[in-house]
This record gives sequence, structure tokens and C-alpha cells, in this order.
Amino acid sequence: MAGKKTSTRVSRQAAASQTSIPISQTASPYPAGSLLSVAHLSLEEVGGILAAASELEAAAPKDRATLLEGRKVALLFYESSTRTRTSFELAAKSLGVVTTLVSDKSSSIEKGESLKDTGITLRALGAECIVLRHLSSGSPYLLAKETGLPVLNAGDGMHEHPSQALLDLRTMLARLRLAPVAKSTATISKATLRGVTVVITGDILHSRVARSNAMLLPRLGAKVVLCGPRELLPEDALKLGPGVSIERDFDKALARADVAMMLRIQKERLAGLQLDLAAYTEQYQLHAERLAIYAPNAAVLHPGPMNRGLEITSEVADGPQSMIEEQVRHGVAVRMALLVRALQANGQSGTREARA
Amino acid sequence: MSTRPMLIRGGRLVDPAAGTDGLRDLLLRDGAVAAVEQPGQLAAVANATVIDAAGLVVAPGLVDIHVHLREPGQGYKETIATGTAAAAAGGFTSVSCMPNTIPVNDTPEITRWMLAPERRAVVNVFPIGAATAGSMGEALTDYDALRDAGAVGVSDDGKPILGDEIMRQTLIAAAKAGLPVIQHAEDTRLTGGCSMSAGPVAFKLGLRGYTVEAEGRIVERDLRLMREIVKADKGVRPHLHVAHLSTARALEAVKQARKEGLHVTCEVAPHHFTLTDESVGDYDTHRKMYPPLRDEMNREAMIAGLLEGHIDAIATDHAPHAAHEKQVEFERAANGITGLETALGLTLRLLHKKHGMKLERVIELLSLAPAKVLSLHGRGALSAGAAADVLLFEPGAEWIFHASESRSKSKNTPFDGWSLPGRVAMTIRNGQIVYKR
Repeated sequence: MAGKKTSTRVSRQAAASQTSIPISQTASPYPAGSLLSVAHLSLEEVGGILAAASELEAAAPKDRATLLEGRKVALLFYESSTRTRTSFELAAKSLGVVTTLVSDKSSSIEKGESLKDTGITLRALGAECIVLRHLSSGSPYLLAKETGLPVLNAGDGMHEHPSQALLDLRTMLARLRLAPVAKSTATISKATLRGVTVVITGDILHSRVARSNAMLLPRLGAKVVLCGPRELLPEDALKLGPGVSIERDFDKALARADVAMMLRIQKERLAGLQLDLAAYTEQYQLHAERLAIYAPNAAVLHPGPMNRGLEITSEVADGPQSMIEEQVRHGVAVRMALLVRALQANGQSGTREARA
Repeated sequence: MSTRPMLIRGGRLVDPAAGTDGLRDLLLRDGAVAAVEQPGQLAAVANATVIDAAGLVVAPGLVDIHVHLREPGQGYKETIATGTAAAAAGGFTSVSCMPNTIPVNDTPEITRWMLAPERRAVVNVFPIGAATAGSMGEALTDYDALRDAGAVGVSDDGKPILGDEIMRQTLIAAAKAGLPVIQHAEDTRLTGGCSMSAGPVAFKLGLRGYTVEAEGRIVERDLRLMREIVKADKGVRPHLHVAHLSTARALEAVKQARKEGLHVTCEVAPHHFTLTDESVGDYDTHRKMYPPLRDEMNREAMIAGLLEGHIDAIATDHAPHAAHEKQVEFERAANGITGLETALGLTLRLLHKKHGMKLERVIELLSLAPAKVLSLHGRGALSAGAAADVLLFEPGAEWIFHASESRSKSKNTPFDGWSLPGRVAMTIRNGQIVYKR
């Protein structure tokens, strides 16, 4: 079956075949199609996901809408979320997926039902994949193990946010024009981001976004520089992997940045830690003057939610170097690809029919 | 109860108390060791049950001074009957159970309840009494009464005694009652929300880290109080026993205090000299316990402390939990793992086979030495007059530990499927066979 796109209109068949994403045979013992940690993805898979994201983004909405028609995905959210939840939901719906949102506030979770039982219940109700946002690090591993379903980690505690790292990567590639937003898997290699320095600044300790990015980007050749005060950035962070370094001086870090990713202070996770916010702002806020002096060409990223006036000023957030809106846009495409990957892995699909 | 004498013939008798390691025959009678003789000398004992121990090591029944038997109150995790059955299967004939039951063992009534025959213990149980009422760290319990009911030490295990003044009073009162104070050394003011050892692994997993300081600070504080007490009154000689020591820092403090002549002892759990924090892997809740698995440097320090004799005893901290308490998010999972059936195998594997510790010393660390820590007279030895508590095991046999076959009610062990040396063939307590393979 030909997978080549011959017109801008992607047929249902073509879309299905082109979005067949290589699924890891090696790194992860968890249900195929899961994404629990960026560490479980081979570079080939990263390339496959990004390629699929582009295909899906380019496909006609009408065609997309039948791709996973009638498949069922549960969005299980134990923590509040605007962009990740909506992004997964819109991605799913645009593929024809039936979604159901289960949140801790309006479900039996409030009555003390365990994550395991919640997962098993969702499976019994027909969920074929679960997107999980949870306040406890590692919880997606438990859910995947106990349900046998592909689980997409939509952020677990202070651990990882792998779909965010993928969308950040896609944003960077687009902005740096290092690769035409990946048409083929071959565009992702250990040299893709060679020469690129990504500075991640702020509350690294509590940030799952920082961990996922710091573990993914160096594998593509990037240098990741972590920046922040000792309380929010312990030396242990260096062991996240090769290619990760620490620079406490924000100006010095910024001077090296091709990408400046800002993180918010996670007040809900400080656990009694006292922080002088005025001093923090003075030292680590990304404001227009600082950006103009030290990184006039850098792309500015922020995973949101932002605390405007704290880690970033409105002028920068809304300014020409800001990629913050683009990040959100890339998020939908990447999540479409992750859902296709998960549901393709989990058998009996509409796509299988299309491929036959 | 009168039973037939038992003659254990042809085995390699290893008795650290007597310095024996050689072929001996052993005669048990009326719940005590009656005689130890060269092979053949005891051949003609009328009416004796004869056990052929050829090829087996005959050792004192092992002694575990740190277990959780969960009764009263948490019989769904373990009962005194199932916990002691697991002990017997692991070669233990004496266990000391911690007071963090429901209710807390803070009265002689509860201590006596634990010791009652209705509990159907198959090995000797030596309860530890709570150091403070309800283990709340506020008011001392009645140490004389607890001791007279059968308690062999006091502790608020799991709830460390944080207040200086209450710990000082505990040390003094326990010294007067002739009991050791067993401290679970954890500064809980530093460990809120923590679920594994602090360090790069915890950082990567996004888990809050329990630092080395949290253990060290309490040990150091306790030793300071000991010094002050001894200085103030030469007549009081408190005994502090540091439970499940896990860090080089705390071990250094203990070593220093011992040099000064303070009566300080300590124990290490097999998991702390076998595993490191790296093995938490993908949030394996069977590798979650307090104190947590430490890094390689600290693990090696535990091995060195055992080899060099700075650590008195090996104790398992056997902590059974039901499956549903472990099949949850790592941060919410119950702390602790079972240990009674794997302790001998792990100790032989790590200390004897890997680090060349003599078998006699391995046995000592698991029997005589812990018995001494809690002054369990007649336990951990096989000379005439000692308790008829005996372990027979195949020293060379490698066997696979299957959690599903465990005698414990709970299966929360990281060692499921491990191949271990030293298979228990028989456990005899008070002259009676309580476990036979």
C-alpha cells in the first residue's frame, strides 16, 4: 500500500499507513504504545512521533476525524490542568476518539478509590488507553502495570512530562529550522541539535518538564544548561545524564542560550521551603532588558502556567522571541501522534481495517 | 512438657559462643542442650529421636531482634502465628517484635497478650515494649512492669523519640530497669514527604529524598545525651541500640561513642547491605522501606562495618504489608519488606561467599550477637545448658526463594525469585522440630 502523499488531501488509508509509528521493542517493559518516560523512547521513535505529528497536522480534518473513530480514551486527571488536558482532549477528538474525563474532584477517587481500581474500572468500561496526570511521581508505571493498557504520562508529580518535552522539541526544531518539521524519522539523530544550547531556568527541583527535557534533548546533541538557586536546583540534577550542566548565574547562562526555557516557581510543591521571591525575581526573571543584552536571538519557551511578573515579564512573554503560543499549538499535533501510537499498539482498531 | 531427647548426629557444628566449628554430635533434652561431643560418643542414648545431620551445618537457632508481627491489630498483614512460622522457615528460633501494633504495646497486659499460648507462636517471642505511652513521645511507660511481663527492651520504633528531654528520661529509666533503648533513628522533621534516599536517583525519579543527616542527627543527638547522662551520674549506664543503621555517618558516630566506652550497639538489615537506591528502578514499592535503600558508598560502609566488627548484629526489620498497601503510588506505599526467610541466604551470599566472612562469624551475627544485644541468655549458643534451639542447614545448596511460598502472610519482598545459598533443612525450638523442609 502506497504511503506517499500525492495530494494535499490525505486519504483515510494513506493517513493510517503514514502514521504507523515505530513502537519500542527495547527500552520499556510496559504496555506497547505507552509513554511513561522520555527514556523509554529510542531516537527512531522520537522521529516517528514527530513525523506522525506533522502528517496528522497536515491532514484534512475530515480525514483525521475518522482515523481513530469510536476508539475510547480516558483522561484521568488527579491534578488541575488547562493546556495539557485540553490539548490531549482536542487531539483525541480531532482523531474521532471518544474521550471521557475523570478527575479527582468528581469521581470515586474522592471516596478513596485507589489508582489501581480506578484504572481497572476504566478498562472495564472500554478505555483502550489512559492519559494520566497525577500528583505522585511514578504513578503512570503503576497504572500501566496494573491495567495492561497503554498509558500516556501527562505529568506525574516531580518526575516527567514526556509529551511536553516532545512538543518543546518540535517547537525548537521549527524555530531553529534545523529540520523541516520532521517529515521522516531520519531527521532525528544524535546530531540533530548539535551546537544548540537550551537553558532551563527556575524551579528545576519540582519540575517534571525540566527532567523530561534534560533527559531527552542531550540525546539529540543539545547542551542543556540548568539555572537556578541551590534550593531549587540541587547538584544531583547533574546526574540526569550527559550533556547536562549547571550555571547559577542567569546572565551567563542566557548568554549561551539558543533556547531559553523559563519555569514557574511551583508554590504547591515547595513543602515548607522558604524562598525570597524578590531576590529570586531580581536574579532569575527573564525581562526584556536582560533578553536584549544576553540573548537577543534566543527562542523563549515556557511550559505554562506562567506567573507573569515573576519568572517572566509580559513584555517577553508576548514579545517577538516568545514561542509560548507555538508550544501549545505543537502540543496538539504531538499528542495526536501519541494517541495514534498508543491505540495502534492496542489492537483491534479502525486503522487496522484501513490497513488491511 | 516432657519430650523425647533428640540426638543430632554427624553434622558440622558451628557454635560461635564456644568457638566450635567441626563435626560434633548434639544431644538435646528437656528443652536444653544436654551434651556436645565428638562424633560417636553419644551413640547410646535411650529413647532418643535421632537426626542424621551429615552434610548439614548445625548452628544455634537464629535470633532476629527486629521484626513486626503486627498483632494485635493488623492480623491481615501478619499474625504472631504466621510471622513466627516464617521465622522458623528462615532458621530463626527467637524473634523480638516491635511495639507499633494497634494498640501500641505500651502496657504489661498487651505484652502478656502477645506471649499467651493462644497466639500459637512456634518460636520464642521477646516483645519490645513502647518507650512512651502510645509511642507518642510524651510520657514514659512503666519499664519495670513491661520488663516483668516479658519485654526485653523499649522502643518507639517507627516513631523516633525526638524530644531531648523525653529521650534523656527514657535512657535513664531504661538503664534503671536494665533494658536497652532501641531507637529508630530518623529526624522526622527532615523526612516529611520523603519516600527514598536523597540523591541523584531520587532526583531523577522526582521523589523527595530522605537524607543521611536525618539518620545521623538523631544518632548523634542520642549519643550526646548518653554522654551527658554518664557524666552527670557515673552510676547510670544506659544502653542505646541503634536499629537498622543505614549510613556511614551514623556508623561513624557509633564507632566514636564505643571508643569512648559508651554502651552503644547497632544492627543492620540484610537489604541495606545487599541493595542500593539504584534498584528502586521504576518505583518498585518492594524496595521502599525506612530507612531507605542508600547509595553504594553507604552500602559498602555497612559491609565494612560488619566485616570489621563495628556492627553488632544483623536484624531483618521484617515488615509485612498486604498487597493492596504496596500496589499503590510509590509515595503512598507502606514502608517495609519481609525478611525472615531471606536473611540467612542474603548474609551467606553477601558476607560469606562474596566477602569471605567465616561461617562462624556469619552465624554469630545472626544468633549469638543479637541475643547478647538484648541479653537473651541461653539463646544463640549450643553449649550444655543453653536452650535447645537449633538450626540445621545445607551450606552449599543454592535454592530459589519464591515469595508465593513464603510462610509469612505478606509477600512484600524484593527478593522474589532470587537464588540464595544455604537452605534451611530443619529448625528446632525448645527441643521440638518447628520447621522441616
